[in-house]
Amino acid sequence: MTVPPVRSAPYKRKEYWNEPTMTWWERAYLPEILRGLAITTGIFLRNMGRWITGRRGAVTTYYPEEKRPDYAPLNRGKHILTQRPDGSPQCIACNMCATVCPAKVIEIEAGFDENDPAHPKYPIRFEIDYSRCVFCGLCIEACPEDAIRMQPDVPDLVSGDRYNMWLTMDEMLTWNPKQDVAKPYPPKPVALKLSDSIQRGRDSSTH
Amino acid sequence: MMPDLVVSLVFITYALVVLLSFGGLLTWVERKQAAVMSDRIGANRAYIRIPFTNIRLIWLGLFHGMADGLKMLLKENFKPRTHDAVGYFLAPFVVFAPVLLVFAVIPFGGTLDPGRLFPSLASWFAGRTYPLQIAQLDAGLLIVFAFSGLTIIGAMLAGWSSENKFSLLGGLRAGSQMISYELVMGLTIMGLMLIYGTVDLGDIVRQQSGVIAGVLPAWGVFMQPFGAFLFLTAAIAENKRIPFDLPEAESELVAGYYTEYSAMKMGLFMFAEFIQIAIVGALFTTLFLGGYNLPFMTDAGFVLPGGREIAMSHGLVIVLQMIGFLAKVFLMCVLQIQIRWSLPRFRYDQMLSFAWKMLLPLSLANLCVTAVFMWLRGGMA
Repeated sequence: MTVPPVRSAPYKRKEYWNEPTMTWWERAYLPEILRGLAITTGIFLRNMGRWITGRRGAVTTYYPEEKRPDYAPLNRGKHILTQRPDGSPQCIACNMCATVCPAKVIEIEAGFDENDPAHPKYPIRFEIDYSRCVFCGLCIEACPEDAIRMQPDVPDLVSGDRYNMWLTMDEMLTWNPKQDVAKPYPPKPVALKLSDSIQRGRDSSTH
Repeated sequence: MMPDLVVSLVFITYALVVLLSFGGLLTWVERKQAAVMSDRIGANRAYIRIPFTNIRLIWLGLFHGMADGLKMLLKENFKPRTHDAVGYFLAPFVVFAPVLLVFAVIPFGGTLDPGRLFPSLASWFAGRTYPLQIAQLDAGLLIVFAFSGLTIIGAMLAGWSSENKFSLLGGLRAGSQMISYELVMGLTIMGLMLIYGTVDLGDIVRQQSGVIAGVLPAWGVFMQPFGAFLFLTAAIAENKRIPFDLPEAESELVAGYYTEYSAMKMGLFMFAEFIQIAIVGALFTTLFLGGYNLPFMTDAGFVLPGGREIAMSHGLVIVLQMIGFLAKVFLMCVLQIQIRWSLPRFRYDQMLSFAWKMLLPLSLANLCVTAVFMWLRGGMA
């Protein structure tokens, strides 16, 4: 039994509708190379001339020394903690931002304030490690109290040491929100005493 | 005997200092030039702090080269588990040493007469004069090709002894590319040899000191403009830089034949590449740009086309010639860096067919035209 020879058509390259076409001048290769060199050399000479005459020959921002003036108004730069009218942080140390944070950069240590029955939990320590922060803004989304926001301005934490890149609560509480906070705050309730809760229990009892 | 030895040692020291500082400086020039032509500032953070003060010398990032060198020296010296440890160890040196040796035959200045320069030593030198060239060999150009041919062995040895597929591919590519382009380089030079009738580089430069047609300096680039272009192309390809950096194409071969090299061994490859930029510049200057000759300058001073003469002392002439040579070499280096940062990389088959189907026929045509022209003129120029 003989196997019929396999006949395969010679490979034919597919022709595309947007096949690039070159003129004979471009096909000659050398003129186009020289044109490219002329362009780059022109840019080089222009920028070099600017540097030599004391002007700026680059579009780069020289970061820690200079800052871009054109940050977008919604730029997620650095975090701030909003404050109540009395200056205490709005944060209730619920740890939701720390939980949602994909980079796990937020560290909160909660304290108990028995003098503030509306917000008995408050942060003793609220720190963000900017060496790992990805500036995603999920902490702002997660916060139930509108206690953390982001400013367009960037944290100036230029350092050769990653341990210098933490922002503490004091540094994030510098923003004064007085004219910004829309909701009016009720007056601070007085501290509860044990007798009050007995009284309240009596008031609510049905017999 | 003794004065010859001293002068030779001085020349060798000068050549080494020039080459190594060119190699170090070109890393900075390359960075800064690439930055300026792409609207950037370029590396400018490394600094040297003067001890016990807070004064930081930045100097436009000139110290980044030193920081790089220090980094290379302090990095882990990785050794692959290879069956050819000796070859692996030798390869960087086989690449590096011949590059330095090429400079031995390149004249970097006119004829020095130490007795005239230092009259108090005139009796010691006894009227001997020295061309500013380490080895005055008749076989100058042949030596250049012999040594630059050795670098191929280094690249292929590195590719082979690394026992890495990428390295092996890189070594193969380096071998075929460098052999192809060396052929082109040799054939382009043949036209120049026909015109000058010698391969002695010192003699070639001396013949370029005149003037043709009254105003044009008798440089090789005006005699062989086409040959100059072909030579520069082949020389860049020989140096394995973009657009011809196929042996180390990082998108395909990691780092080509030096994938397995780390620390200073890899640094030697890089340094050899940068020094070879300077060597290519020096060769091009010597062959096509009149070497150390400035236009209309003789050993006595300038002779301008209008017939005016400006006499200069011997020391001034020597210094001007040496500075002129260095300036020309530097300009050629800048041109090579400009080419490297402007052009995209070839595909591998395009690069080989460019050598064999385009440059080789063109250089042969150049040679034929030159030969016919020389025959019509009846002998050497």
